Amino acid sequence: MYNGGKIIAGLIIFFGLVTFPFYSNFGKTANKVTPKLDTPVINQLEKKECVKPKEYMRTEHMKVLDEWRDEVVREGKRDKMIVGGIEIEKSLQNGCLKCHSNVKTFCDVCHTSSGVKPYCWDCHFIKEEGLL
Amino acid sequence: MGIFFSFSMIIALVVIAFAGVQLANMQFIFGVVIPYAAIATFLIGVGFRVYKWGRSPVPFRIPTTCGQQKSLPWIKHSRFENPDSTFDVVVRMALEVFLFRTLFRNLKAETREGRVAYGSDKWLWLAGLALHVTFFVVLLRHLRFFMEPVPFFVNLTDSLDGFMQVGTPHLLITGVVLLLAAVYLFFRRISIPQVRYISLPADYFPLFLIMSIAISGILMRYFTKVDLVRIKALTMGLVTIGPVETDGIGAIFFVHIFLISILLAYFPFSKLMHMGGVFLSPTRNMANNSRIKRHINPWNYPVKVHTYEEYEEEFRDKMKSVGLPLEKE
Amino acid sequence: MAKTTQPAKPEELSKIDYTPPATDWLETPVEFKPGTYCHGSRIKYLEEVGFPNPREWAPSDEDWKLPANWKDIILEGMKERLGKYRSFQLFMDICVRCGACADKCHFYIGSGDPKNMPVLRAELMRSVYRKYFTTGGKLFGKQAGARELTEAVLKEWWYYFYQCTECRRCSVFCPYGIDQAEITMMGRELLNLVGGQTDWIGGPVANCYKKGNHLGLEPHAITSNIDYLLDDIEEISGIRPEPSFNRKGAEILFVAPSGDLFGDPGTYTAMGYLMLFHEIGLDYTWSTYASEGGNFGFFTSMEMAKRLNYKIYAEAKRLGVKWIIGGECGHMWRVLNQYMDTWNGPADFMVEPVSPITGTKFENAKGTKMVHITEFTADLIKNGKLKLDPSRNDHLNVTFHDSCNTARGMGIFEEPRYIIKNVCNNFHEMPEDTIREKTFCCGSGSGLNAGENMELRMRGGFPKASAVKSVQKKYGVNMLANICAIDRAVLPPLMQYWVPGVSVCGTHELLANALVMTGEKKRTQDLRLEDLPGIEEEGEGEEEENV
Repeated sequence: MYNGGKIIAGLIIFFGLVTFPFYSNFGKTANKVTPKLDTPVINQLEKKECVKPKEYMRTEHMKVLDEWRDEVVREGKRDKMIVGGIEIEKSLQNGCLKCHSNVKTFCDVCHTSSGVKPYCWDCHFIKEEGLL
Repeated sequence: MGIFFSFSMIIALVVIAFAGVQLANMQFIFGVVIPYAAIATFLIGVGFRVYKWGRSPVPFRIPTTCGQQKSLPWIKHSRFENPDSTFDVVVRMALEVFLFRTLFRNLKAETREGRVAYGSDKWLWLAGLALHVTFFVVLLRHLRFFMEPVPFFVNLTDSLDGFMQVGTPHLLITGVVLLLAAVYLFFRRISIPQVRYISLPADYFPLFLIMSIAISGILMRYFTKVDLVRIKALTMGLVTIGPVETDGIGAIFFVHIFLISILLAYFPFSKLMHMGGVFLSPTRNMANNSRIKRHINPWNYPVKVHTYEEYEEEFRDKMKSVGLPLEKE
Repeated sequence: MAKTTQPAKPEELSKIDYTPPATDWLETPVEFKPGTYCHGSRIKYLEEVGFPNPREWAPSDEDWKLPANWKDIILEGMKERLGKYRSFQLFMDICVRCGACADKCHFYIGSGDPKNMPVLRAELMRSVYRKYFTTGGKLFGKQAGARELTEAVLKEWWYYFYQCTECRRCSVFCPYGIDQAEITMMGRELLNLVGGQTDWIGGPVANCYKKGNHLGLEPHAITSNIDYLLDDIEEISGIRPEPSFNRKGAEILFVAPSGDLFGDPGTYTAMGYLMLFHEIGLDYTWSTYASEGGNFGFFTSMEMAKRLNYKIYAEAKRLGVKWIIGGECGHMWRVLNQYMDTWNGPADFMVEPVSPITGTKFENAKGTKMVHITEFTADLIKNGKLKLDPSRNDHLNVTFHDSCNTARGMGIFEEPRYIIKNVCNNFHEMPEDTIREKTFCCGSGSGLNAGENMELRMRGGFPKASAVKSVQKKYGVNMLANICAIDRAVLPPLMQYWVPGVSVCGTHELLANALVMTGEKKRTQDLRLEDLPGIEEEGEGEEEENV
């Protein structure tokens, strides 16, 4: 008794699962998503810069926010910063979003594409401000 | 001995990937060529291995029966421990594959004062199940790098996995449990003298490999961060078999993907094939119904036998003397 | 036959050191300890059935007188079997060495020898498999756990494959169901290709082939042995059953293990069969040709097992019976359940078994047409066809030992228990981790029940004995019932050694003790011709009345 049929069926199912990413993307091309920097505030900045260098912000922005939160909420250090010629607070809404007022085309493009669900918006209601 | 050998292998692999990327700029080799080669080796290797198993028939119906057989209608039949139908076998196998039913049975025997005592021992079951389940969930989560848009079930898995909302980015429990389970299995292997005695390099190597994959993943997520957008562009490039860019991605990513490639390529040649083997095990996947339905052995061949005629020929007088009936007087 | 070597005292033997040796197992050579292995097979036994390389030899010899090309024979044999048995191929490949099987083996628990852990016993062969049949083993050698096949390795195989009783307990606990019994069977087949047979297996095989049963009872010896049993039955019950032999046209052929016709306490079980069949008036016959249900061929090679098993169906066909009942025997039922029909079937010349007494159809045996006697008897009791007086077993405090083969190669648990509970008032189970599918071997199965390996047998039986001891202490158990002829032969010395005061019996002995036969005289003796409980007092009472 070989049970060849069952073995082949099992292999097909297994290969089907393993190669799922390949055939489900068949014919598609990979596009790198790019967050948009085209907002009125950014466009008017004297100097196109962020609180930290771009490469650092790409990977560590969540850490910056985390640190800010601790400094502001726990240690009461609310000192403001001048970035690109404008004053911002250590704050998501009164800091980051001042320039990056395009949450959908700045934050969300990468987050959605990478399956990242930051829980920023669990507390920060930004709907009424028209950012979402 | 086996530990040192396996551990040095892992260190060597990490160094190779790290040096290859940092010193020799071989991002394309480690990020594209080797992963493709590994997945091909995995698929062909697993296919060939299973084909090799399938080529050998199951000549006899030899389930290990772990419960009451089906006999008289008033005797309670232990359906899933001693299955007699395909459905029951499927349930038995499902319990085995998804819940590790057999390991759950595990006992520990101890001889004290001339008596053997038994205690339940479910740590191996727990750690084994934890390792396999978390490995599966981690794999599922990683689909976010290979699908655009990310399917809802991947996002859901991520949310459930990170339900504790600890840290930024939020802690995914499965990754940690995977690492802990592998570490436990390693310590179990070296701390039980009997298990250490039977362990081969081939037992330590996969454990170290899984640990190093988990560690590099955890490092990447929480400590030395990498640019996810670029990585996703690379991984999508891989699965769409399109152009791939490797610029701007940290070396640790290449270490991670290289170790995974090694795992994939090593898989078909190793004990890790137990994944496929468990489905084919004749002591588990057969119904105990050989008294009801004849099981066919494809190589059953005629054998030399001692016939009744030969027997009577030899013992005719003795049989006659006690009045036994004879074919030939 | 073989001289019995006595092992050390139980107190000594039960001091077991489980610390593995300091040296790696690949570098720890095998040591043949006297009392733990059997004699090599005599020339004539191998010649009678045509097994290869018959010669004078002893396992302890430096020179085993192997054929010059023995290595090729073994490796060719391995290759052939890897292609014939998926179990073998798979079990060579997928073990992860988790160690779950380690402390499940009675030989390991009883000896502490790490090569008796099922996983390591299998590695003895896997290491060779890797060397010659896998790329990793060829390339990386020792680092991949591979080793050359040498004469020392072959001896190690021999030593440890004859320290496994093929009981399958490890396979109950293996997460992939790896069954050491399968590997041991392959190992023994391979060893047989170069003459690595034991005398204790070779003899019964040759006997069974030529004479129809392991003990070599010739036809007239069978009938006269049964005659003695009939004498005893008559003395006990006043009734003399009249069994028939080799009778054409009988409805049922009865096949028992030949051990039941030869020595105590198996003979009491045979008396039980005779009394039961007489009482219900069964139209059945014994056969002197197919006079063995057991199959020592199963401990040598599949081919030999098939050659011995052939007789049962052949005789059923010749006699024209409708179906077959099989007696109480362990490995016999593993073979009948899992192999017989595949080897020598289909049994389409018989009809689906139906009990002539109750009309019950044995649907679970409709293919092989062979019913286990405890299935048959349990059905009789359930349907109220037997008059039973369980108080005749009141002097017995019974526990039941599940035989490995019927437990893990069949799953017959409730039938014998149902019978015992109906014929005995005092029944107690052993601890749950030592019965049913988790039962421990008697330590002497698969042809290891010789005299010269007594120490091994006592060690292997230690876990079971320990379980019996616990119910002896707790409930005062004094009778160990079973459904296996090997058990009836080997458990008495095991009990005597570890648990003095516990006797051994077959289930049908207990049944026949309790069976109230039509027209029987007042019973004063049990089947062992010992006084029944309460007889003396009753006797005195009667005397007083008379006065």
